[in-house]
This record gives sequence, structure tokens and C-alpha cells, in this order.
Amino acid sequence: MDALLFMIFAAIAVVCGINLVVQTHPISSALSLVGVMGALAALYLLLGGEFIAAAQLVVYAGAIMVLFVFVIMLLNAGTEHKGRGTWATYAGVPLLLVFLGLIAIGITHHLPASENVMFGQFTKGSPLEFGRALFTTYLLPFEVTSVLILIAILGAVVLAKKEID
Amino acid sequence: MNFLILSIIKAAVVAFVLLTALAYLQWLERKVLAHIQLRVGPRRVGPHGLLQPLADVIKLITKEDMMPSHVNKVFWFLAPFIAVLFALIPIAVIPFGTELALPAINLGPVHIPAITTAMQLTDLNIGVLFILGISGLGVYGVALAGWSSNNKYSLLGGLRSSAQMISYELPMALAIAAPLLALNTLSFRGIVDAQAGFFFGFLPKWTIFQVFPFNIISFVLFIIAAFAETNRVPFDLPEAENELVAGFHTEYGSMKFAAFFMAEYCNMVTVSCVATLLFLGGWHPPFPAAYGSSFLPSLAMAGAGVLCFLHAMSPARPFDRITLPVVGVAFFGLAGVFLIPAVALPLIPIVWFSAKVLVILFVYIWVRGTLPRFRYDQLMRFAWTFMFPVAVTNLFLTGLVVALS
Repeated sequence: MDALLFMIFAAIAVVCGINLVVQTHPISSALSLVGVMGALAALYLLLGGEFIAAAQLVVYAGAIMVLFVFVIMLLNAGTEHKGRGTWATYAGVPLLLVFLGLIAIGITHHLPASENVMFGQFTKGSPLEFGRALFTTYLLPFEVTSVLILIAILGAVVLAKKEID
Repeated sequence: MNFLILSIIKAAVVAFVLLTALAYLQWLERKVLAHIQLRVGPRRVGPHGLLQPLADVIKLITKEDMMPSHVNKVFWFLAPFIAVLFALIPIAVIPFGTELALPAINLGPVHIPAITTAMQLTDLNIGVLFILGISGLGVYGVALAGWSSNNKYSLLGGLRSSAQMISYELPMALAIAAPLLALNTLSFRGIVDAQAGFFFGFLPKWTIFQVFPFNIISFVLFIIAAFAETNRVPFDLPEAENELVAGFHTEYGSMKFAAFFMAEYCNMVTVSCVATLLFLGGWHPPFPAAYGSSFLPSLAMAGAGVLCFLHAMSPARPFDRITLPVVGVAFFGLAGVFLIPAVALPLIPIVWFSAKVLVILFVYIWVRGTLPRFRYDQLMRFAWTFMFPVAVTNLFLTGLVVALS
């Protein structure tokens, strides 16, 4: 059952990911990204990370992507015009497959063998455990990320001010 | 296997009750609005227009379902489904009452084992976050409907809706977070269980009476944000009919149009349920059973029965002389049912829960009948310069009180 669900949601994620690149209209691409986010949330849930799954839905699918769609709608972005196919269009897919194959070989040969992930084994995905890990073990990365986001917000304000002046 | 059958039966019951409630919420809204405006409201179909929802549904189903030629077909078709889907899902984690214990039944060859089940489809331990996540996705339905209709009024409605949802989701999440600090759980059942009991023997330990007065502020912020999230007056900018024709659903007809209305009413019900569970003590009575809170449902039913008989004395229409006593006897029967201890034990929590939800729904309708609409810039300024700072301050102060106590 777990494996079947994993297959279904992994397939949805991959198909939506490909659709995101293939689609010509920005709204279709943005909605494909929402599909990827939703499928990822389901995968997190299967692994036992319920808090991460909910956060993925609330933050990415519910807030950030709504903002994306909002901006696309506001700017009324039209369909992307594709020029005539160059050699990159035709060589891209085989090259990508070769690249992914190389990465797979690299991972299987050079990384130490790890245990298989078992569904339902991980039980530390609750908000309590998550918060504790975030504020003890990973305090520094957490704070650094917060400062980074703050800087980004300030940067956006400065850029917007420049535009107004 | 038992679990599967039980889940299917529960889902069917919940879906049936919810969809009926949605239809009658529409009737209730029309009636209450009419009485606020000194009209009588729907009266033609059935007694007091009680069959009006049925007539509306038949009308909407049999109407021609046409697609305008200029729309983006895929998204235009998809949008109502998205709106309804994400409006209906959250009800799965809402608990309606305590536990239902059915005795084993033996009917010849049919044997049904004894069942004890929670009155809830599923008790997620991240229930609150689940509702926030799913209801956040509901905006795609409205935004896509507005954009794919390829019409400037619809587009403006969709844009307003997305902006409004993003803006008011922040204060709403912060207002929910503040009481959660003290409750220390994200499961709705756990939240309600934490509100059992009474202060000084009479004041219920509901969340709004805890961490005084910060949780009251949270409750008010939550209700305001909830009005905005469900696109209701005074925040119904996405469908402002005197500016935008009908907003995002201008180009929709028949059941697709009804789908958006269903989504809106369903969101109202969900938000009222969440407010009841989070702030108003769920199914816990407002005063102790020692003072007779368990008899109140019976008393209310009996009162309704007496009222029916009084009205039958001076009937407005000839056949009221027969129908009203029948309804009155039915009410007395219900009052009797609530006095049977075995039946009352699971039913009385449901009565309290529905009563609280109904009160909040009534406030929704009352506000719609009373307040004018915000202007768009006022709406945005209100969210970012008033709601958000107040919610953040409130969260900090609640955290301080919880940390000190």
C-alpha cells in the first residue's frame, strides 16, 4: 500500500515537473508547480513528516504559488513564443538522460551504502520534535536563514523606493 | 475491513448532512436577511419556503450549461471543481462530538458487532495545520475562474480575491497560533479536551476565557480574518456586484455557478466549526451539568412544541390548524428522546456543537444585513497596518503569559 502510494505521488510529481517545463503558458506552468508541491507534501506525509507536509502545503502551495499566480494574472503574461528548434531542443533530452544516468552511477558507487527507507518507521515528524530540532541542533542555520530573508525583504523595499523616487 | 465499512458509512453521513446543511444555510440566509430588511423572504415553496433549496437545486441542475466562446477552456472548466473540492475536504478533520458507542445487533443471520467510534472522520494530529493548508488552496478556484473567464470584471474579481486571501491568511494564522501556545496540541480532539471543566465551578474553561484577555483578542481577529477569507460582507470585494457585475463567477451558469456558492457556504461552515472548536469549547456546555445544562436541549424542543400549538390557536392559513400541531408533537417527541440517557449521551454534545456553529453562522448573516462594503484600499490597509501588527503583538504577549505561568 505504502509503495503503491509512493509510486502514485512520485509519478504525479515527475509528470507535473515535466509539464512545468513543457507548457508554454505561465499559468499552466505555475499550476504544474503547485501540483509538484502537493505531491511532495503527500510524499513527506508518507515518510512520517506530517509537520513538514502541512508546512509545504501552507507555505509553498498556499502562499508562495498564489503570489506567483497573482503576479502572472496581474501582468497578464501571454503565451511564450517558441522560435524554430535549434540543436539544443533535439539534443537536450538525450543529454539530460545521460547526465541523470551519470549522477545515478556516481551515487550508487561512491556514496556509502545506506539503509532503505521504511515507511512508517520515522516518528519524529511532530511539530514538537520539529521545533525542538530547529531551536537546538539547527539554531544557527535557522537564524542565518531568517536574517537572509530579512535582507531580501529590505532589498525589495529599497528597490521599490528607488522606482518611486 | 470493519474500519473501511465504518469509514464509508461515516463519510456518507457527514457528506449528506453537510450538503443538506449548505442548502438550508442558503434558505436561512435569505430568511434572516429578509427579516432584517422587513420583508418575509421565500414563502411560496413549502411551508415558510422550506422546500426552496430543493427548488433552487432542481432549477440549477436543469438550466443550460453553456460555455462562453472566449474562455480558456481547461481552466474555466476546472475552476469550480477546485473551489468545491478544497472547500469540502477540511470537514474530514472536524470532530462533531464525543464518542458514539453502538451495542451489538443480532438479527437472525445478520450480526453487527458492537462499535465505538469517534464522531469525526479522522483525527489528524496536525488537524489545525491541515485546515489552514487546504483552505489556502481554495483560492486557486476563484483566481483561475477569474482569469480563465477572459473578462475584465472576472479578472479583477480573481485578482482581488488572491490578494485578499494572501493578506488575511497571515493575521488568521497568527490569531490561531496564539491560543495554540496554551493548548499545546494541534489535534482538534485534543484542543476540545483541553477546554473541559469550569473555572470557579461556573465559568467554562473555553479558550476565550483562558489567558485573559489575549485569547479574546485572538478570537476577534480570527473572526474578522475569517470573514475576509470566505469573501463575505464586508470583505466581499471579489464579487462586489455593483462594481464587478458578479466578480469572478460572472461567466458561469447552471451547476458551475452553484459550485462557487457551495464552496462559499462550505467555507463558512468550516470556519465556524474551527472557531467553535478552537475558541468556544467545541461540544462542552456553557454551564455545568450540575445546573442542568443537559436538560436545555429538551427544554428548547419542548418550548418549540408549545410555540407550535400556540400558533395553531390562531392560524394564518387554514391548513396551519392541522400541520402546526403535527410539528408540535414531533418537537415534543424530540424533547422526550433527549431525556433518554443512552441516546442523550452522544446527542447532547452534538447539539451544543451545532448550536455554537449556528450562532457564528447567524453572525455572518447578521453582518451581511448590517454592514456596507469596504473600499479596496481600505481593505488592504486594514489587513497590513492594523490586523497584522495587532496579531503579532497579541502572539508575543500570549507567549509571554504562557512562558511565565
